Formats: sequence, C-alpha cells, structure tokens
Amino acid sequence: MNYQIEFRDVSVSYGKDVALRDINIQIPKNEIFGIIGPANAGKTTFLKAINRTLEFIHSAKTTGEVLFDGKNVKQIRNVYGLRRKVGVVFPLPVGLPMSIYENVAYAPRRSGIHDKQELEDIVVRCLQQAMLWDEVKDRLDMLGTKLSGGQQQRLTIARALSHSPDVLCLDEFSIAIDPVTTMKIEDVLVELKSEMTIILVTNLVQQARRLADQTAFFNKSELVEVGPTEKIFTSPDNQLTYDYVTGDFG
Amino acid sequence: MPEASPATEKRFSLRRSVQKVVDFTEPAIVGLIHLCGWSAIIFVMAIFFFVFKESLPAITGIEEGDAVHAEVVKLDLVEFATSPKWIPESAKRPTFGILALMVGTLSVTVLSMLIAVPLGLGAAVYVSEFSKGKSREILKVLIELLAAIPSVVWGFIGLVILNPMIVEVTGEPVGLNILNAGIVLALMSVPIIVSVSEDALRAVPDSYREAGMALGANRWEMVYKVLFPAAKHGLLAAVLLGIGRGIGETMAVLMCTGHSVNMPTSIFDPVRTLTATIAAELGEAVRGDMHYHTLFLIGVVLFAFAFVINLTADLIVKGIKVQGNE
Amino acid sequence: MSSQPTNPFAETEEERRGKLVENLVGISTLLMTWLLIIPVLAIIIFLVYKAWPALSIEFLLDNPEKKMTAGGIWGPLIGTFFLVLVSLIIAAPIGILAGVYLNEFARDNWLTRFINLAVVNLAGVPSIVHGLFGLGAFVYFLGMDRCLLAASCTVAVMTLPVIITSTKEALASVPMSFRVACWNMGATKWQTIRTIVLPNSISGILTGVILQVARAAGETAPILFTGAMISSRIADSGWEAMVPYGLDDRFMALSYHLYIISTQWQNVPESFKFGTAAVMIGLVIAVNSISIAFRIYLRSRKKW
Repeated sequence: MNYQIEFRDVSVSYGKDVALRDINIQIPKNEIFGIIGPANAGKTTFLKAINRTLEFIHSAKTTGEVLFDGKNVKQIRNVYGLRRKVGVVFPLPVGLPMSIYENVAYAPRRSGIHDKQELEDIVVRCLQQAMLWDEVKDRLDMLGTKLSGGQQQRLTIARALSHSPDVLCLDEFSIAIDPVTTMKIEDVLVELKSEMTIILVTNLVQQARRLADQTAFFNKSELVEVGPTEKIFTSPDNQLTYDYVTGDFG
Repeated sequence: MPEASPATEKRFSLRRSVQKVVDFTEPAIVGLIHLCGWSAIIFVMAIFFFVFKESLPAITGIEEGDAVHAEVVKLDLVEFATSPKWIPESAKRPTFGILALMVGTLSVTVLSMLIAVPLGLGAAVYVSEFSKGKSREILKVLIELLAAIPSVVWGFIGLVILNPMIVEVTGEPVGLNILNAGIVLALMSVPIIVSVSEDALRAVPDSYREAGMALGANRWEMVYKVLFPAAKHGLLAAVLLGIGRGIGETMAVLMCTGHSVNMPTSIFDPVRTLTATIAAELGEAVRGDMHYHTLFLIGVVLFAFAFVINLTADLIVKGIKVQGNE
Repeated sequence: MSSQPTNPFAETEEERRGKLVENLVGISTLLMTWLLIIPVLAIIIFLVYKAWPALSIEFLLDNPEKKMTAGGIWGPLIGTFFLVLVSLIIAAPIGILAGVYLNEFARDNWLTRFINLAVVNLAGVPSIVHGLFGLGAFVYFLGMDRCLLAASCTVAVMTLPVIITSTKEALASVPMSFRVACWNMGATKWQTIRTIVLPNSISGILTGVILQVARAAGETAPILFTGAMISSRIADSGWEAMVPYGLDDRFMALSYHLYIISTQWQNVPESFKFGTAAVMIGLVIAVNSISIAFRIYLRSRKKW
C-alpha cells in the first residue's frame, strides 16, 4: 500500500530535549488524520518533520525516515517543491503585510505562474475554499494584516491551499477563530478530503472525533496509540488514551 | 496515482523552468550575503594591517642619508614611549617621544569625563525615570542632535566662542587649553553616555521597580539603591565608550587644545593630543621618512587603545545580557 | 504625640522627607539635562546670528573667491554631497547585506560573536586612524592617489558598522512568523528576504543609512589625507558646476573648508566662517528632522 506520509522510527531532539521518540505511523491518502494530545507532546514537531522546516531550527536533530509519497524526504533534492506539496496552517493567524490578493498569489508566483487569469482563478478558488471570499471580494487590495483574527486565519488557510498541496496540515487552526467559522471550515475540510490528505492537529478532542478517519494520540514525545477514530474514542487499548479522550487526563 | 491534467502539466513545466533560474541565483546571492557578513572582520583586520604596515619601517629601520653616507635609522621605542619630547623636524636630532601627547590626550579625556559622566548619568536618569511621553521624545531628539553636530563645528565653537569666554572669565592670555577641549569633548561624548546608560537603565526589569516601590522606596531611593546597582555594568560601559570617543576625537581637540607639546600642570595649559598630532603633521611628513612612519605608529597605538576599550565595553554589556537571561 | 486618632495614611516624617528628596532629584536631573541642551541651543542661535550677514542664496551657490574673502561655498557644498553619495553607493549594499547576514543567516556561534565584536570595534576606531587606513590602503596600496574615490571608500568603511547595526535592528522588527509562513509555502530563504523581509524594513534601513552617512559627511579626519583639498578652481555655472569632480579628482568639502578657513587662513570675514558652520549645522538638523519625520510617518502606517 502506498501511503501519503509514513514515519519509520523517527526521533527528533532539540539539543538535549527529545521532541519525538521512535514514531512509526502511516497516513493513507485522502483521509483526515487527527492528532490529539496535551501540550508539548510533539505534535507540532511532527508536522515540521514532514516538510523539513525543522531544518530552520539549528539545534534540531532527526533520525529515522520520513516518507512522502513513498520517497524519503531527506533525499528530495528540491526541498522547496516538497514544501509546496505540503500546506501548513499554524495556530496563530499570519496575514502577510501585503494585499489579500498578493497573500494568496504569493506561492503560485514563486512557483512560476505569472499569467494574470490563472492567478486570479487560483486566488478566487482558494478564498472560496477557505470561506473568506464573500467577506473580502470587494477589497482584495486591502492589507492582509488589517483583517480580523478569524479572517486572517482563513486567509492563512487560503494561502496554504494556493499551491495545490497534496497534504494539508492544520495545527490547532481553530484557536483564534469563532465557533461558527470553525464549523464552516470543518465542512470545507470534509469536502477537500477528496483532493488531498489532511492532517489535523487539535487540542479539541471532539473536533478530531467529528472529522478524523483515524486518530493518533501523542503524549510526552511518544505515540501512545493510533487507530480508527471511533475505536480511539470508544474502546482504546491504552488506559492513558481513554483518560485523555474522556477528559480524566492528568 | 491521479492522472495529471494538462493544466497541472503546464504548471509543472513552468515551475521547472523557473526553478532553474532560482537554483542559479540563490547560491550566488547567499554567498554574496555571507561575504558581506564577514566584511566587518575583514575591514578591522585590514585597518590594523595597513596602519601597522605603514608604521613598520620605523621599527625595522629606514635607510637615511645620501648614496654615499647611507645609514639605517631605527626608532628608539623606549624613547618613543617615555620621552616627553616630540621634535620631529629637528635638523640635528629629531626626537619622537609621545609621552607628552599621551598626557595631553589623557588630561583632556579625563577632564571631559569629569564633566560628562555626572551630567550624562543625570540626564539618562531623568529621561529614563522621570520624563514621559512627548517631553521624553523631544529630549532624546535634542540629545541626538548633540551627537550629530560635526566635530569640526565643535572645534570651531571652541575656537571662536569658548576661547574668548575663557579668556574673559579666567584672565588667561589664551583660551585654547585643556579646559576648552575638555568642555567641548564633554558635550560631544554626552550623547553616547546618555543613550547607552538609558538603555542600561531601561533594561532593568520593571519588576525591580515595582518591588522597590512596594517597599515604600521613593523614586530617588529606587534609582540609587535598585537601578544603579542593577544597571552598573551598562553604566560602566557607557563611561568606557565615552572615554573611547574622547581618545579618538581629532578635529575638535586639534582646534581647541592650543596645540603645543607640553606636560601640563594645570587645566589652563595648552596641550597636544595623539590624534591632533597625526592630523596636523601627516600632511607635511614625507612618505618614507621616520616622521611619517612614526605618525602611523601613533595610529597603531590609538587603534590598540580603541580596541581594548571597545572590547572591554562590549564584554561588560554582554555580561548584562547573560545575567538578564538567567 | 498628637491626641488625635492616628490616621494610618498620614505621612510620616520619613515619607515627607522622601518625597522632598524625590522632587529634589527630579528637578536636579532635569536641570542637568537642560544644562546640556541649553548651551547648545544658545550656541546654534549665536552661530546663526553671527552668520546672518553672509547667509544668502548666493553664499550657497557661489564658489569661494580670493581665499574666501568673497563668494560662497558652492564648491565645498557640492563636494560634500558627492562624498556622501559615492560613499553611500559603496557602503550601503555591503552594510545592508551584512545586516541581512547577521539577522537572517548567522547562527549563534563563535563566528557570529566574532563578527559582532568586529562591528563594535570598527565603530570604535578613531576617525583619524580611518584616515591613516585610507591613506595606506586606498591611496598608496591600491594606487588610487588622493581623490574623491579614495576619500569615499574611507568614509564608507567608517560608516559600515552603523549601517550594519541599523539594518540589523530594522530587520529584527519584522516578525518571525512572516518568514515561517513563506518558508512553509516553499519560498527559498532569499525569496523570503526579498519579498517579505526587505520590503517591510527597507524604509527603516534607509532612514538609518542616510542619517549615518550624513553624519559621516561632517567628518574631517578621514578625508584630510585621502582626497580633500582647499580652494581649487571649478566652474562657476552650468553642467560643470553641478558635477565639478570626477572620481579621480581631489575635491573640496565643507568640513575641510571650515577647518582651513578657521585655523589656517587670515582675513576671512567672520561671517563667512560662521556662515559655513551654520550651513553645516543646518544640513545636520535638516537631515535629522527628515529622518524623524519619516520615522513618525512610518509608524503611522505600520502594516501590522
């Protein structure tokens, strides 16, 4: 079976601190894969290992293999191409200090698309997918940083979609936005599933339950348990998982 | 695997062609950035190298005299360091002693620090602890303005404004002396003292201030008992940088000290400094003779002074930062 | 002891004295601050007052005549302008890229510490030693001879550390999250710097750069032996008066001009000396105010 993402004995450490220990995980294509766990469990590091942005942290050391579409990411020569295939949305919204249009057109431009019509199509499609189009369609030349927090987060999602990634990673995307918008975006994610694989890191266990096909539970740098979401939430093998999903953790 | 649509294929090929260009420019520009990044090291070493290189013949020896009576002359380094006599153009026996020049530099610098340090610290305390909002901004701008006035204009001020004032007040025949240069230099070094000490004071966490206030200390007690001890390294660095500025200043002291080689006995004596000597004499010195090379050797001495002072100040400032992280 | 019920918030003797001390200190440090500023303001006013008879458009636009007993300061003025321009062209790219290196590329290791130390030391080298370096390196070693280019190179090296520092500060004010966002979209490091970091800090960088180079333009010591000269004949009007010096020509400069007319030449009318000094201070104040205004303007339209 060809997985979209596969981790084989992956460990990551920052200096003396271990962030991930011997992770083995397979993420199939076109699934929503939920990752839950308390703070400092290594969830964000997991995402950074996929698109090799860990390389920007000088103290980070990785062992083991991360496979993307069957290829070891360390051996991918064009790391920028890899990063374009992975869209990432971080907890705090980041509107870049340029117009809304340019925010979304940034990545396509970098990958060599300069045709005006093509760019416009991408911008419109991504903004629509991120449920932001209706609010900003009349002011695309406004600064992205001047949007409200929730709008900026959706702009960030639109940007992550703009380079047509194969994998979309969402790191606690709903922290800074209101419940209604969160619900709307959740609907979008379900739709997007047919086009790409989605990795959903969340600290809202119910969100994972609503959306994810499979769920993994991380704790203290280790993968405690992974399995079909229903199983994780109803009859997990591990007591710790049970405590966490039922809220008895700690 | 999903079939690639024509559109994505087109995009892919475009991506490829652009990628090639990027692959070429990226390492080139990154390399250039690294090179520029190291430029500071390169230039510091180049400065030392070239100034030292030009001074070297004074130590290793210069051939003097005509073709018949050629002799190798070396600079007497002991005399250089200890003699108060600086008579470079003497036909009989030129003497190159920089003791008087060093004393001149030191006396002017010390006097300027005696004026600038208390005033600078006072101003820093006021700006950092007592003033606020608009008035603080304006004060900072005015103090910055002091730093912006060119040194030759300061020299001019000493020459045409302070000079007659000193004559008037003290009754000395000429007002170009240590006092004059000290005052001018004090005004010149105040901005750096104020800005570095203000940084040091503001680097003290507000929790210290709050703790001080909670104990019922008034603002002066807080400044004196809490802020000064906490910021003492930064304040020391500020004073050191001020001294560095004083030792290195050229045009203002050239115009205000009276420019005579002299072991001073009072602040009303004219002196001459290391920097001023180079500025005044290098133009006339012939390249290749002892006078010329010795002036470069003074440059090496100045470079060494500045190096030690800045290194010390930097280590002291780094010391604060390390403490702050703990 | 008073017979009244004790008010727990009443000032004790100790507290009253403390307040007095506090006020005293506030006032005395304020006085110290003004003791620095007032004389300088007075001096500036005095300079302008004494310079008043000479100050006119002709004084700025005419060349010095008859050992500065007539005419104006056009030659030195334009010389200083070219000195600033050329040294800016040399120092700005190197300094800005060096700042980019230190803020974006440098890791926290011994090399970076070493570079930072070098920057600090470069800033602390006495200006006359810069002059000696320029003479040894540019004039003699590189064979430029005394000329505008050699002087500009010397001034450029001198301004480099300040440009590096102000660039570093401007770059550091761009939030890290912008860079991370771009990297995650597959932008290379240089693309990120070019499209996000530099456009959002360039105005801050330029304000710092121009301010510092303008300050360096007032320096005399570095150009004394590397290219400055006094009273050369240059064209009085037309194109050649606008660009009177080639890169390999010696040139007049305001700072050197003021030095010579106030110490070496007799019979220069007092108002001409004061006029030159006033023009120099005026330029400094102008450049400073522009940069302050620019800073305020930038703050008002901050993009995030």
